[in-house]
Amino acid sequence: MDLELIITSFPKLLSATIVTLKLLSASLLFGLFLGLFFAILRLNKNKLISGFAYGYSYVFRGTPLLVQIFIIYFGLGQIEYLRSTFLWVVLKEPYWCAIIAFSLNTGAYTSEILRSAFETIKPGIIEAGKSLGLNEKFIFTKIQIPIAIKQSLPAYGNEIILMLKGTSLASTVTLLDITGVAKFIISTTFRPIEVFIVAGSIYLFITFLVHNLIKYLEKKYRYQ
Amino acid sequence: MKLKKIVLSIFASLFLFSSTLSADTIRIATEGAYPPWNSKSEDGKLVGFEVELANWLCIYMKRDCTIVEQDWDGMIPALKMKKYDAIMAGMSITDERKKVITFSQGYADEVASLAVMKGSDLEGMDTPEGINLSLGGKDVKKALKTLTSALAGKTVCTQTGTIHQNFLQSGDVGSVDVRTYKTQDEVNLDLTAGRCDAALAAAVAFTDYAEKSGKDVVLVGPTFSGGHFGNGVGVGLRQEDTKLLKAFNKAIDQARKAGKISELAVKWFGFDASM
Repeated sequence: MDLELIITSFPKLLSATIVTLKLLSASLLFGLFLGLFFAILRLNKNKLISGFAYGYSYVFRGTPLLVQIFIIYFGLGQIEYLRSTFLWVVLKEPYWCAIIAFSLNTGAYTSEILRSAFETIKPGIIEAGKSLGLNEKFIFTKIQIPIAIKQSLPAYGNEIILMLKGTSLASTVTLLDITGVAKFIISTTFRPIEVFIVAGSIYLFITFLVHNLIKYLEKKYRYQ
Repeated sequence: MKLKKIVLSIFASLFLFSSTLSADTIRIATEGAYPPWNSKSEDGKLVGFEVELANWLCIYMKRDCTIVEQDWDGMIPALKMKKYDAIMAGMSITDERKKVITFSQGYADEVASLAVMKGSDLEGMDTPEGINLSLGGKDVKKALKTLTSALAGKTVCTQTGTIHQNFLQSGDVGSVDVRTYKTQDEVNLDLTAGRCDAALAAAVAFTDYAEKSGKDVVLVGPTFSGGHFGNGVGVGLRQEDTKLLKAFNKAIDQARKAGKISELAVKWFGFDASM
């Protein structure tokens, strides 16, 4: 064990944590919108629309995140036509490729979490709304969505933690997140154990924070 | 009960298979992703200059060898953890690496070069054909200055943990935006995709790629040697394995005398890269 290396690599890895957190928050934000959008499509009575939403979640939950990020980064980069379009401005940057891949992935899981939450809402609650003379739009946005969000908090907390660990794959497309910087330090010191222990501890600490935040929210929004 | 027996026998056979290697066998690691030094054929077999040379060295040492595959970024740590006994993976002999492992005498030397896509504004740089950073002098200084101004603000891609990365980040060519990749394949892909303005690696790695892929990858600027680029490529060994070091050094002497290294170099590189 090289204690000095642990101490010197800590600040470097800590500054890389900003990149990891940026990737995580951007992906979760886009992923939440995608998830809500596709969860609503899943509930649609039109088979074509709900089938499309099902296909999306099936593909992105059924393939490894690493494969998805490689297809978006290295795969799309090989298509010559694409490089002459405005899309290349975004796809050229590894940062955006990572965020696109992560958002699509977490969006698929989020849509499943929200869909099952919507489906557990008792029909009686909606009927109660209707009997009070509320219109359907109001019932959906002010009753169904808030209940679904509460229902899905524990599962969504899990998804945040999974996504946090997923961001480590950003290092495979040249980004210097926590894992990327850890690999970088190892490439000059040749001591993986010390560096990965520090990197792992930082991930663990973020998980600890996320876990407690979700626990707090669950408590706050518990049914009285 | 039957299931239990089957499970147990599977585990037992796994352990048996993993310990079939005798203690005498030298395990040599290569990357299998850096043609023409070492790569994989279409059917997944390890091939290349170093794979053939390793087999010859073992014949000269009269020892049994197995060649194993290892990702570049874990090459030195895994050697130290005794996953294998030697590295032959186009690894240049540098002072930085010598702090943690030891090297045999060099068996081949490579020059490094920048590569760009045809039509790049980096083409036609006014530099000498090759510069040796260990020698220094006016020409080297002038060439580095030309490179510094040409590469300012450009993205240069290279493989993680290589002499090429060390050089780019040494400040010799100013502060370029360096992007690092796990393998040379990925560097080549991003160079052709246009994400990299230029890439730095062994010159042969680019000429090999250009030939096989048919892409318009061209070498620019001077070829580099010396300094951060080390003193040739040798066999990487654990510092305490002095016996094995002697054996490798002797075998390399024999292979060189017999003309074997030159022969293999010409076969794989197209020119005599032996040393």
